[in-house]
Amino acid sequence: MTILIKLLWIAVAIAVALAAGWLFRTAAIAVSRGGVRKAVRTAPLTASFGMLVILLYILVAIFAPVIAPFAEREVVGGQFLPWEAPYILGTDNLGRDMFTRLVYGARNTVGIAFMTTALAFAIGSILGLLAATVGGWLDQTLSRVVDILMAIPSLIFSLLLLTIFGTSVVTLILVIATIDSTRVFRLARSVAQDIVVMDYIEAARLRGEGLWRLITREILPNAMAPLVAEFGLRFCFVFLMISALSFLGVGVQPPTADWGSMVRENAALITFGDVTPLLPAGAIALLTVAVNFVVDWMLHRASGLKE
Amino acid sequence: MKDMKEKPVLLTMRNIEIEGRSDETWSPIIKGVDLTLNKGEVLGLIGESGAGKSTLGLAAMGFTRDGCRISGGTIDFDGIDLMKASEATKRGLRGKRIAYVAQSAAASFNPAHKLIDQYSEAPVQHGVMGRAEAEHDAVELYRRMQLPNPDEIGFRYPHQVSGGQLQRAMTAMAMACRPDLIIFDEPTTALDVTTQIEVLAAIRDIVAQFDTAAIYITHDLAVVAQMADKIKVLLRGDEVEEADTRTMLASPKQDYTKTLWAVRSHARATQPPVEKGTVPVVSVKAVTAGYGPIDILKNINFDIHKRRTVAVVGESGSGKSTAARVITGLLPPRQGQVLFDGKPLPPDYRSRSRDQLRQAQMIYQMADTALNPKLRLRELIGRPAQMYLGLQGKALTDRIRDLLHLIELDPDKFIDRLPSELSGGQKQRVGIARALAAEPKFIICDEVTSALDQLVAEGILKLLDRLQTEFDLAYMFITHDLATVRAIADEVVVMQNGRVVEQGPKDEMFQPPHDPYTELLLSSVPEMDPDWLTKLLKERAEKAS
Repeated sequence: MTILIKLLWIAVAIAVALAAGWLFRTAAIAVSRGGVRKAVRTAPLTASFGMLVILLYILVAIFAPVIAPFAEREVVGGQFLPWEAPYILGTDNLGRDMFTRLVYGARNTVGIAFMTTALAFAIGSILGLLAATVGGWLDQTLSRVVDILMAIPSLIFSLLLLTIFGTSVVTLILVIATIDSTRVFRLARSVAQDIVVMDYIEAARLRGEGLWRLITREILPNAMAPLVAEFGLRFCFVFLMISALSFLGVGVQPPTADWGSMVRENAALITFGDVTPLLPAGAIALLTVAVNFVVDWMLHRASGLKE
Repeated sequence: MKDMKEKPVLLTMRNIEIEGRSDETWSPIIKGVDLTLNKGEVLGLIGESGAGKSTLGLAAMGFTRDGCRISGGTIDFDGIDLMKASEATKRGLRGKRIAYVAQSAAASFNPAHKLIDQYSEAPVQHGVMGRAEAEHDAVELYRRMQLPNPDEIGFRYPHQVSGGQLQRAMTAMAMACRPDLIIFDEPTTALDVTTQIEVLAAIRDIVAQFDTAAIYITHDLAVVAQMADKIKVLLRGDEVEEADTRTMLASPKQDYTKTLWAVRSHARATQPPVEKGTVPVVSVKAVTAGYGPIDILKNINFDIHKRRTVAVVGESGSGKSTAARVITGLLPPRQGQVLFDGKPLPPDYRSRSRDQLRQAQMIYQMADTALNPKLRLRELIGRPAQMYLGLQGKALTDRIRDLLHLIELDPDKFIDRLPSELSGGQKQRVGIARALAAEPKFIICDEVTSALDQLVAEGILKLLDRLQTEFDLAYMFITHDLATVRAIADEVVVMQNGRVVEQGPKDEMFQPPHDPYTELLLSSVPEMDPDWLTKLLKERAEKAS
C-alpha cells in the first residue's frame, strides 16, 4: 500500500509540474510576440516547466533579501527546530532559519555556478575553435596541455589548487572554470574539426577572411548546438562540483549560505529520519533537471529540424 | 528486347498514394500512381529529384522511409497483398523474393564485415542455403558479374575494392536468393562513365540470365534506354506517361518528357580561335604537385583565355580537382607556377593579395557544403562585395539585389532566406552569385552540375554561359560528364593519372583520331539509342580479340 501511495504522490507531482509548465507556456505566449512567441509555442511541456523553474530560481536569487524572513547569517532560535512558524522549514545546526538559508543559497550557489560555467565556456570554446582552425603547433601545444590537465582527477586537482591558492569565491570560480574548460576545449575542438573541412570554410579562407571572422561568423554558428547542450550539462556538473567541494569544506566558506555545505552541516538530522537536510539537495536536483529539459529542447531546435 | 506478352504479372500497384510528414502535417509525395510489372521485365522509373521515384520503388517492397506512410492504394506482389501483410511476412519477402540495390554501395555495405559474409547473410537467414553453399554461390555470381579474382574478392573488406566493383558486389548480393524482383535505385549515378559501362553490362546480363524483374530508378535517360523494357516518367508524384522504351524514345507524347529529351541536345557555338600573342588569364606552367611523397599532378600545362571555357575532363583520381587546388593556392606546387594575366601568382593563397584572391573565384560541386548553413543569402552573397569592393549599407543591399536578379531569384523573396530553404538548383545559383559578387576575371567550376537533375543542370549551364558573355569571364570547368563538355566548353583538357593526355579545341576533341584514353572516355558516354550498349560491348569484344 505504502508503495502505491508513494507512486500516487510521484504521479501527482509530475502532473502538477506539467500543469505548471502548461500554465507558464500559455502565459508566455500571451505576453511575448514575434520570434520569441513562435519559439515558445513549439516548446514541449517539459521545457516550459524547466523555463518556469529557472525563472523562479533567478527571481529568488535576485530578490533574496525581500523574500527571506531573516538575515542570511542571523541566529534566530534553537538548533534543529521543527517546521513551525515563524521558521517555515525549521532551523539548522546553529539555529539559523533554514528557509532563509535556502533562499540565499540560490543566490550564492547558482550565481557562482553560472559564472564558473560561463568562464569555462569562454576559455574552452575560444581556445578549442582556435586550435581546430589554426592547427599545426598551436593545436599540438594546446591539446597536449589539456591532456595533461585532464589526466589528473578533477576533484583531487581542484582540492589541491584550492589548498594552494586559498579558498575564496574568486579562486573557487577560477579553479573550477580552468579545470572544466579543458572538457569544453576537447568538445569545441572536435566539433570545429568537422566544420573546418567543409567547403564553405575553404571558400572563406580563399576569400581572405581573417581568423576572428572565420571563427565567429563561419565556425561558431555551426558549432553552437553541441556547445549549448554541453553548457547545460556542464552547468550541472559545476553545480555538483561546488556542492561537493563545499561539502568537503574547501568550497563556499561558512557562514555564507550554500546548498552543498548546508547538506553537510545538517547531515546529522538524517539519522533521525528528518528530510530537512535533503531540501538543499532537492533544490540542486530540481534545477539540474530543469536546465536539462530546456537544453534538450534547444538542442532539438538547433539540430536543423524545422520550426 | 524480350517478348513480354506471355509473361505472367508479378507486381501490381494500383492508385498508390504516399504521404510524407513535415511541419506536423502529412503532405502527398505520390499522388495515385499505377504500376504493373511482369515477370522478367525491367521498368525504368525516371524523373527529377523529388519526383518520388525512390519512394515509389521502395513502396513496391511494401516499405516506406521514416516519416512516410502509404495512405492509399493496393500493392499485390505475386498474389500477396503487401498492404495487409504482416511485418513478418514482408520481412520474409525482402531479401529473398524482393531485393534492393542502393545508390551508394560504399555507404550501404557494413565496413566491418567482409563482402562474402555480407553476401551469405540473406540466404542463410532466409534458410535458402547453408553457409558453405552460399559462399560457393557467391564466387559463382562474382564470376558472372565479371569481378576480378572472383575466388578471393569476397574475402576483402568493402574499403579494399573500388566503387564500381563494390556496386557489382552489391548487385551480386541482391541476386543471392534469386529474387523475383530487384529494385535498383540509381546504381551507377556515383560512378565514372568508364566504370558505369561495366556495371550496366553486368546488371543487364544477370537480370536476363535469371529472368528477374527489375525496377530501375535513375535520372539519366541514356542509361535507362539501355536497361529498361518500358519507361515510366514521374513528375512531382504524378505519372506523366508510360510506354515501352523504343516508343518512348522515338515519340514521347507529353511536353514534359519532350523537354527531358531535349536537354542533351544543347551545345555551345564554336568560338573563333584566340588570337596569337594574347596573354591568357590563367596559365598553368609545368606544374608538379601532390600530397606527401606522391605526385598527383605531373608536369601539367594549360592556358585559359578571356571569355573562354576550358573543360578539364577525367575520371575520379585523375587530378582534375588537384589542379584547381594548385590554381587557387590551397596546394602550393612542388615545381612550376601559375601565371595570372602573365604575372606569376604566389604559390600559397595566404601570401596572395586581396585583389589576387578576388580575381579568381570558385564554385563548388556540393552547394550544400559550400554555403554556410547558418548565414542568410544577404550575408553569403554580400560578404565578398563588402570585403573586396568596400560596399556598405544601401549600396551593398542594392548590389545583393542585383546579383540575385542576375541568378534569376526574386530578391524580395530570397534575400533573407537560409540555404536550407532553397532547392538544390537554387543553392548552386547562390554559389554562382557569391563568386560573381567579387567581380572576378576567372571562375573555377568544380563539377557544378553533377549533383543536379538534368533540367536544373541545363538551367545552371545556360546561366553560366550568359554570365560569361556579360562579364567577360574565363571558366575552368572540371567535369567527368562529356555531355556537359559538349554543352559548354571551348577547349578540352583530358587528364589521366595526373597527366594531360590530350588537349585542344572542343571540335577537334570530338573528332578522331584520339588518344586511346580519350577514345575510351568518349565511347563510354551513354547514348539515347537503346542498342548502344549492345553495340559498344560487341565492338570492344571484337577489338580485344
